[in-house]
Amino acid sequence: MANQATTIFTRPESLNEVVTHYCPGCTHGIIHRLVAESLDELQLRDKTVGVAPVGCSVLIYNYFNCDFLEAPHGRAPALATGFKRLRPDMIVFTYQGDGDLASIGMGEIVHAANRGEKITVIFVNNAIYGMTGGQMAPTTLPGQITTTSPAGRDTASAGHPIRMSELLATLRTPSYIERVSVHSPQHIIQAKRAIKKAFTYQSQDRCFSLVEVVSTCPTNWGMSPTDSTKWLEDNLLAYYKLGLYSEPDDEEDS
Amino acid sequence: MAKILMKGNEAIAEAALRAGGNNYFCYPITPQSEVAEYLAKRMPEVGGVFLQAESEVAVGNMLFGAAASGKRVFTTSSSPGISLMQESISYIAGAQLPCVLLNIMRGGPGLGGILPAQSDYFQATKGGGHGDYRLLVLAPSTIQEAVDLTMLAFHLSDKYRNPVMLIGDGMIGQMMEPVEFPEKYVEDELPGKDDWALTGAKDREKRIVKSLFLDPLALEINNHELYKKYELMKQNEARYECYKISAKNKVLIVSYGTMARICQTVIDELESEGVSVGLFRPISLFPFPEKELRKEILKKNVGTVLTVEMSMGQMVEDVEKVAAGAKPVKFFGRTGGIVPSPDEVKENIKEMIRQDAAPAKRTRKGK
Repeated sequence: MANQATTIFTRPESLNEVVTHYCPGCTHGIIHRLVAESLDELQLRDKTVGVAPVGCSVLIYNYFNCDFLEAPHGRAPALATGFKRLRPDMIVFTYQGDGDLASIGMGEIVHAANRGEKITVIFVNNAIYGMTGGQMAPTTLPGQITTTSPAGRDTASAGHPIRMSELLATLRTPSYIERVSVHSPQHIIQAKRAIKKAFTYQSQDRCFSLVEVVSTCPTNWGMSPTDSTKWLEDNLLAYYKLGLYSEPDDEEDS
Repeated sequence: MAKILMKGNEAIAEAALRAGGNNYFCYPITPQSEVAEYLAKRMPEVGGVFLQAESEVAVGNMLFGAAASGKRVFTTSSSPGISLMQESISYIAGAQLPCVLLNIMRGGPGLGGILPAQSDYFQATKGGGHGDYRLLVLAPSTIQEAVDLTMLAFHLSDKYRNPVMLIGDGMIGQMMEPVEFPEKYVEDELPGKDDWALTGAKDREKRIVKSLFLDPLALEINNHELYKKYELMKQNEARYECYKISAKNKVLIVSYGTMARICQTVIDELESEGVSVGLFRPISLFPFPEKELRKEILKKNVGTVLTVEMSMGQMVEDVEKVAAGAKPVKFFGRTGGIVPSPDEVKENIKEMIRQDAAPAKRTRKGK
């Protein structure tokens, strides 16, 4: 018995064995893994098409072992819509950051959700533009310092940060929307459950699904990974409340 | 099959369906909204996809996603809407996907007007979006030709894995004419889509459809690959038609679309008045039928080349390039939604012939 090795943890089949370009402490790696594990467990990998955004995760297509499309900035939900309408038998997911989804892609995400496209959106919210070097995003907190808000976000001119999950949950079309975080093992387990649920709803052809993952950006926040985790907990989670925002069965109540 | 009287927009919609273009994404805009209205009824009958999007920006990107499936996809719009699609057109061209776009042109710039114009020639043929790319561009001059070219567009798009754009002015969209749909649309053999369409990585390596090449050498290779295709198009897909070309022609008109049709009337009338004029009508605007036009321009009897457009003069630049100084190239055009009458084109030609007695001098006349 003692000599028999049993594999209890391995790389998901849905991920390629490659080195990613993500910064140390970045949570994209965790989120990629949760998506990949979900695809594996639901046995969806070989009928899945991912849609990559523009932003830090633009190269996600190199890391996943499934077919991929690379979208223009913010347009991933439109590409996903076009593909899924023609291939309803396949699984389509977008993976988008907060600049991509909540700023330039606001129109596409709202209308894809409102049409009830049977796609899954993994929305990674770290309250800043990462790839372009730390500019203010629509999700940047009031007073948060970025390269384009050096004195801190001024809500008098930039408005308040947009809460996408709450905004999309106002739509009457049935959907599954949940906000999770990946800053602790417990939260990672909850995030995994939500992501798997989103793909399950899609595979059942139930509804549009979106999981907002509150995330860190140590590099552009100018903090160590551990300080970033603490900052997320103290600041982001106070504004972006974790929880379930919409379930497809809510339809009757609205 | 008997001829049916149809409005241009509806005939184009029906032609697309018959060419297997069963997947359509749209946003309403005058003067082509009838295409969407027609397909909203017809698409469910053929089991296709009809989707009215939230904007032309979304339409273009839906086409992008849909085209990656390997199925035939198309959209129709008009000038301002086509401008909004330029982002996705550039990406689709870069990612080498097939799709068909129809631009029923209206006057511009800006919101312009809703009446017929040919002022999107530059945008269509010189690449309206960013980066080194070309569309294959076809310009019908009758409703029947719009039907035929719509069907051809799907074929060429698959053949070259490149977006194909049909451009017609508002007249092509709004006019009614008898048309005949081929019983069966026969196509020569096309390359399969098995080696690029996204179908899921089952029993094969995964595939990526993208236009991103961060390594400059890889991007340059992609640019060269695209330009090899454009060279092939130039060799194989130049299309044009000549009307009353003869050794008696003093003037050679170069005109396309509805404007070329009006010029035919002008040529007939001038012929009865004893003035011989010929017409060279490019059908493919990219590739521009350069060799063929050059041959006509160089004929000894041709004194002057007159380009007639419903614009301030766009195609005329390509005609000048082809003439390369061998003959004077003149221009006549009306724009803003005004379709020149045969009489005013005729008067312009007569005036030009009078002037030709004097030393030749290039004029650009936009009335």
